[in-house]
Amino acid sequence: MDLKKRVEQCLGPENFVVAMTECQGDLSVEVPKRNILDVMHLLRDTPDLGFNFLSDVFGVDNLDLNKPKKKPKKKEEGEGAEVEEESKEKGPLPPRFEVVYLLLCLERNERLQVKVRVEESDMEVDSLYLIWKASDWPEREAFDMYGIRFKGHPNLKRLLMWDEFSAYPLRKDYPLEGQGEERHLIYDD
Amino acid sequence: MGKIQAYNGGGWIATKLEWLINWGRKRSPWPLPFGTACCGIEMMCALAAGYDMARFGAERPSFSPRQADVLIQAGTINLKLAPVFKKIYDQMAEPKCVISMGACASSGGVFRTYATLQGIDKLVPVDIYIPGCPPRPEALLQALLMFIEKTEKSQPITHKKYSDLLVGT
Repeated sequence: MDLKKRVEQCLGPENFVVAMTECQGDLSVEVPKRNILDVMHLLRDTPDLGFNFLSDVFGVDNLDLNKPKKKPKKKEEGEGAEVEEESKEKGPLPPRFEVVYLLLCLERNERLQVKVRVEESDMEVDSLYLIWKASDWPEREAFDMYGIRFKGHPNLKRLLMWDEFSAYPLRKDYPLEGQGEERHLIYDD
Repeated sequence: MGKIQAYNGGGWIATKLEWLINWGRKRSPWPLPFGTACCGIEMMCALAAGYDMARFGAERPSFSPRQADVLIQAGTINLKLAPVFKKIYDQMAEPKCVISMGACASSGGVFRTYATLQGIDKLVPVDIYIPGCPPRPEALLQALLMFIEKTEKSQPITHKKYSDLLVGT
């Protein structure tokens, strides 16, 4: 059976599917943030699906997409146009951040993208650490770069930037050359 | 010339001792290879058989900073690494030299971002800059020759800092 139908059969009865899109053969499911752990358990443990491998976890900042566009840019016809249409249909702007999980079924070589929308006012998502240990560092990276906090993560501290760094540098409103964060060079002998 | 000075008293031993120290230093510039990016690959190439930096006495890459004479910084230093780099420089014994290899080490290169140190000369004094992205091994060899030239002209005893050290011992 088609992967899309199987995912619908699995997640549909519990009302876990917010949106489902397919782009060039890659299936993408958006699920409610509060249900992310249930969804992941279902996707992993249902024999039809068996997504037993977590490839990646990352954050997305949609700040520029959410802004009303003055001139339609020719370059961003792909994703940009889609989201714009979507927001017109829904009315209110979508939440600023997203967390995207890339899953892989090693037995059937199928891939699935699971998305969670994160409001700027509530930047907390359940950690997948207890399901996949592989989510440890990617979640730390998403926390480091976007400030998305993962509830239940055993060691949620910065992965790439130093500990005293005060900003979240991959947010779209962060300037490329920084805001003058200082690196203290004092060390103990 | 040296002999006449010797009989007149003064200067002869100091001059010759300086010459001896310089002679020893210039023939064994032990590099501390600090390769953090693609420049490090070029540095390895310069150290290996094809270009053979050992011809100039640099056959022992000193991974301990305490036994090194030349710090070859090959590659980007990002701000998280900056204290480590500074610490390694501080551990080197005094007549020491820093070669900044490549655009990233010299000025930050293309990485004009929040995470990258914009040139290692913001942290440590640099003696020789090598341009290029990455520089060819010949450029590194030329820098090493420049270091050797510089060593020949140096005055390890009459130079204030070094002579202070001698008095102390």
